[in-house]
Amino acid sequence: MNWLIDFFGAAANWSGPDGIPARILEHLEFSAAAFLIAAVIAVPLGLLIGHTGRGALLIVVSANAARALPTLGLLVLVVLLIGVGTVLPVLIPLVVLAIPPILVNTYEGVRGVDADLRDAAYGMGLRGGQVLFRVLTPSALPLILLGLRLSAIQVVSTASVAAFVGLGGLGRFIIDGLATKTYSDVIGGAVLIALLALAVQLAFTVLDRVVVSPGVRQVR
Amino acid sequence: MNDEPLVRWDWIARNWDNGGPSAIRTLLESHVVMALLPVVFGLLVALPLGVACARWRWLYQPTAGLMNVVYSLPSLVLFSIFLSVTGLTQSTVIIPLTLFTLAILIPAVVDGLRSVPEHVRQSAVAMGFRPLRRLLQVELPVAVPVVLGGLRVATVSSISLVSVGALIGQGGLGNLFIDGWQRQFPTPIVVGIVLIVLFAVLSDGLLVLAQRLLTPWSRARRSAA
Repeated sequence: MNWLIDFFGAAANWSGPDGIPARILEHLEFSAAAFLIAAVIAVPLGLLIGHTGRGALLIVVSANAARALPTLGLLVLVVLLIGVGTVLPVLIPLVVLAIPPILVNTYEGVRGVDADLRDAAYGMGLRGGQVLFRVLTPSALPLILLGLRLSAIQVVSTASVAAFVGLGGLGRFIIDGLATKTYSDVIGGAVLIALLALAVQLAFTVLDRVVVSPGVRQVR
Repeated sequence: MNDEPLVRWDWIARNWDNGGPSAIRTLLESHVVMALLPVVFGLLVALPLGVACARWRWLYQPTAGLMNVVYSLPSLVLFSIFLSVTGLTQSTVIIPLTLFTLAILIPAVVDGLRSVPEHVRQSAVAMGFRPLRRLLQVELPVAVPVVLGGLRVATVSSISLVSVGALIGQGGLGNLFIDGWQRQFPTPIVVGIVLIVLFAVLSDGLLVLAQRLLTPWSRARRSAA
């Protein structure tokens, strides 16, 4: 507990470019950028593969690879090969690791829609695109949101690890604290990241309540 | 990057078993221990807890909620917090990974037990199975595919997450990432990634094999159909 008081009680920790507010903003900035790029790539791709059924192998491979690939190793290797200096080399592994949860769950969501529902939509004269966007997507929304949530949490988590290769953000408190054996910083940083992850979790729970059609939720 | 090759094979040969604490073999061994012990512990705890949650429904909501929170915590966060409790030991990695395993396995056990068809349960009752024997000989075997599905996810995640422990000084093969980064030398990093992925693929394959052996009826049904 004393560590927490040391960390959050120190006035110096609340201002300047390495203060808590600045670090939180940095962390959110990188995470949001990586998450949005990943979502823009993975949601349409997942919808497309789920709808057409083509390229399902890509889903299986990416699901397994994402779990087995060590984040730290990927980060270190990419940044070492491309070189530091800009944010871009760190952003690449962040995006790569954020894609699979969205891709897999979007695909599963579309695939899991009741076949009767799909047939009924075609029977009513809807075209392929209309079926996808007016019927399949709303029905798959709970799973798409689950994928987005898992991905967002993954990004927040990986962005903390990325402090090791020089990225700013909350991971800095942990990495620098470990290097200088300032455990109040380590614990304080860990608590802040945990709170951020929980805030993301909560935000998606609220989003789920707001955007998922009540009819879809009842079925689940 | 200069013209340093991606992999220097002679470095691997020299460091595979150099006798020191940084030998690749030594790191691999500690990696195996730190990755698999949490899965074993997690399974031992998740089975009774999952059975309890399936038996007493009111228990499941709060447990699932708690596990959801645990699962959303980044591994680096849990490692850092446990570092102040258990210090620079393997427990600092093993305890958090056990918690992650629980977060995956408890829902898997509950889902598995709920997947047991009602007519199967009733047949067992009609044949005179008492609750404990019914659980051990009917319900748990039928739940095996779902539980093993969860176990596969937990095992592969655990194997890859151990490497993050390198940041707090206990990371098995993850130490190769730190080493490679500090010396700006890609070979150890590539070796680490390849060994971790191979270890994960191998473990996953063994679990698939275990599932085939444990559920012979699923194959019998498929070949009969």
